[in-house]
Amino acid sequence: MASSFSRILSSRRNVGILSVVGGSVTAAFLLNREHVSAGVPVRRIYPASAEYPDLRKHNNCMASNLTPAIYAKLCDKATPNGFTLDQAIQTGVDNPGHPFIKTVGMVAGDEESYEVFADLLDPVIKERHNGYDPSTMKHPTDLDASKIHSGQFDERYVLSSRVRTGRSIRGLSLPPACSRAERREVERVVIDALSGLKGDLTGRYYSLTQMTDKEQQQLIDDHFLFDKPVSPLLTCAGMARDWPDARGIWHNNEKTFLIWVNEEDHTRVISMEKGGNMKRVFERFCRGLKEVERLIQERGWEFMWNERLGYILTCPSNLGTGLRAGVHVKLPLLSKDPRFSKILDNLRLQKRGTGGVDTAAVGGVFDISNLDRLGQSEVQLVQTVIDGVNYLVECEKKLEKGQDIKVPPPLKQFK
Amino acid sequence: MPFGNSHNQVKMRFSSDEEFPDLLAHNNHMAKVLTPDMYARLRNKETSSGFTLDDVIQTGVDNPGHPFIMTVGCVAGDEETYEVFKDLLDPVIEDRHGGYKPTDKHKTDLNPENLQGGDDLDSNYVLSSRVRTGRSIRGFCLPPHCSRGERRAIEQLSIQALDSLEGDLKGKYYALKNMTEEEQQQLIDDHFLFDKPVSPLLLASGMARDWPDGRGIWHNDNKTFLVWVNEEDHLRVISMQKGGNMREVFTRFCTGLTKIEELFKERGHEFMWNEHLGYVLTCPSNLGTGLRAGVHVKLPNLSKHEKFGEVLKRLRLQKRGTGGVDTAAVGGVFDISNADRLGFSEVELVQMVVDGVNLLVSMEKCLEAGEGIDDLMPEQK
Repeated sequence: MASSFSRILSSRRNVGILSVVGGSVTAAFLLNREHVSAGVPVRRIYPASAEYPDLRKHNNCMASNLTPAIYAKLCDKATPNGFTLDQAIQTGVDNPGHPFIKTVGMVAGDEESYEVFADLLDPVIKERHNGYDPSTMKHPTDLDASKIHSGQFDERYVLSSRVRTGRSIRGLSLPPACSRAERREVERVVIDALSGLKGDLTGRYYSLTQMTDKEQQQLIDDHFLFDKPVSPLLTCAGMARDWPDARGIWHNNEKTFLIWVNEEDHTRVISMEKGGNMKRVFERFCRGLKEVERLIQERGWEFMWNERLGYILTCPSNLGTGLRAGVHVKLPLLSKDPRFSKILDNLRLQKRGTGGVDTAAVGGVFDISNLDRLGQSEVQLVQTVIDGVNYLVECEKKLEKGQDIKVPPPLKQFK
Repeated sequence: MPFGNSHNQVKMRFSSDEEFPDLLAHNNHMAKVLTPDMYARLRNKETSSGFTLDDVIQTGVDNPGHPFIMTVGCVAGDEETYEVFKDLLDPVIEDRHGGYKPTDKHKTDLNPENLQGGDDLDSNYVLSSRVRTGRSIRGFCLPPHCSRGERRAIEQLSIQALDSLEGDLKGKYYALKNMTEEEQQQLIDDHFLFDKPVSPLLLASGMARDWPDGRGIWHNDNKTFLVWVNEEDHLRVISMQKGGNMREVFTRFCTGLTKIEELFKERGHEFMWNEHLGYVLTCPSNLGTGLRAGVHVKLPNLSKHEKFGEVLKRLRLQKRGTGGVDTAAVGGVFDISNADRLGFSEVELVQMVVDGVNLLVSMEKCLEAGEGIDDLMPEQK
């Protein structure tokens, strides 16, 4: 864990977060929120009580944790970039949520949002991340893929393996708040760095504004192309402004390492391949990420990261590792067993359809991935997925033979 | 984004060229007018409520437009927007409103006595008549920019004023967030209920924020006079009825509007209006009168005639489907209304509709009788 203590947090905007060299004394400095200075106060004609949103029909983490007192305390504050509480919560006000799915209901506009609006974001983070308390806990970062064991799945069941995360460029505002120039700077910094990737990571960038019809069709066929967001959860947060300016897709020639630029985050990084070699997928993921980090650091940039929240991304649900490691796996018998949900729960896994979040499973093939993002390291989460999917495949095999299966004991939350 | 005033100053650390939007694929009035020089001159300005150039143009940047339909591509966040950003908005207004110059004066005339005829459009052809406009309350920010507190204050003021209406204008307010299932169904059946905007043109400007907070519908007991609160403008005022008595519709419209304006003044508020732009509304396309007077009229033969488009153009009228803008006509029934908003008074525009529709119906009758319409072709108004 030494690397996480020696990161130099010299922000280009000088937010006052000190460099860390390890030890509990410096940890205390990190946790002191007063080092982040707020921006110019917001002009307001009406008292906070007249501005307080009507959240009576709402079911999202923001609505569960916002109170008139917190609103009154924060409504006049802005980050140094001018991002305000109203902007942070707009998506949650506009999207009451769903009785069964609890959305987060707020976003960050920049790194400083997590400090300036900590009174609201900390309880939201705690609720969303199953009790992780940003004011007292530390998040472990570990991208050492050599620690993974048993990372090769039975390919009669596991059809494909994939790991994704996001990274933000320190000093530039996040998608809900960035100006066009900032967004273009993110694009420039990222593609400049990616052009330095070599070997099996060599690749090229396809800008959304300039791609040819042919390139576009190829990217669609490869299932790489992302579209302008239509989900009101994202559009209400302002992430789709100026589309498709400064958005694009980079991928390596082998089509196993892919980066989305300026979609929901500055970057989304994806490693994937057909088959069940999760260890190789994760190895390439870690190698690629570290190489990209080295390349941006050479140019004087760094990723947004801190010890209490890990990697900083737009949505609080993606803090920590921002990592979703998953497989497409055939579980026709197990998925019909009434114990399926409980087994997944206890293994800290979630199921989705093969079209991604909110789609249904087709032909007994499920997308199975980790539930958690924050409070465990990348290595821990990927190992959890590996162990869990191996267990699910064993269950499927047992059911095929007419044998009974067991519900495993629940895994501990924070290791 | 609304409400991040210091954000605009932070952007100044980038050059104007670095911030200038990519408008190469765009076809809207804003994109035709905005140049890098203009952007450089205007980008550090803001109105006293903090509305910035980027706020004005965001909807036009996000919605490149359509090769055939020219959208406006910019909105106002408050009354001052039209002053502070006049370098951009004056040419947009000139282009959109048929050459209306920055020095031109707009005439307001809400005296229904000045309308000639209009009470007897042939109801064998004219199914319904309707007049709508908008009004903004001076001193408040407009829907793209207003805060929840402001929007609620606008709603409260409007309810107070409307509740004081009497006679055939007496009615009731239905807040969107409080209405019962039954009330909602009735309003849908009456074709009164407005929904959360789905058009990206409106969403991109921030008008749908906090929906349905502060929004509602007021209508009189007779269901002939209707006010929308906090949809695309502070107030949208609609007078309508079945049949062809446009005169009665317009009379009620003028009476109602004048009365509402009085009631607001009694409470110390006035509508946004000036001599140059007339009534000030969110979208520059609705300046002046903000008035669209129209009918649903059966023109199955005329609408298939090759000169239909030309006739409408000369009469200064436009056609829409009966679902409103961007819908198709069904069963030969068209929505025909005035094309202009600014530079003509309310009476003049309704007169154009009355005279124009009378002519269209005559043409339809000719075509039914197997006669030509060349003798009836109008001059360009």
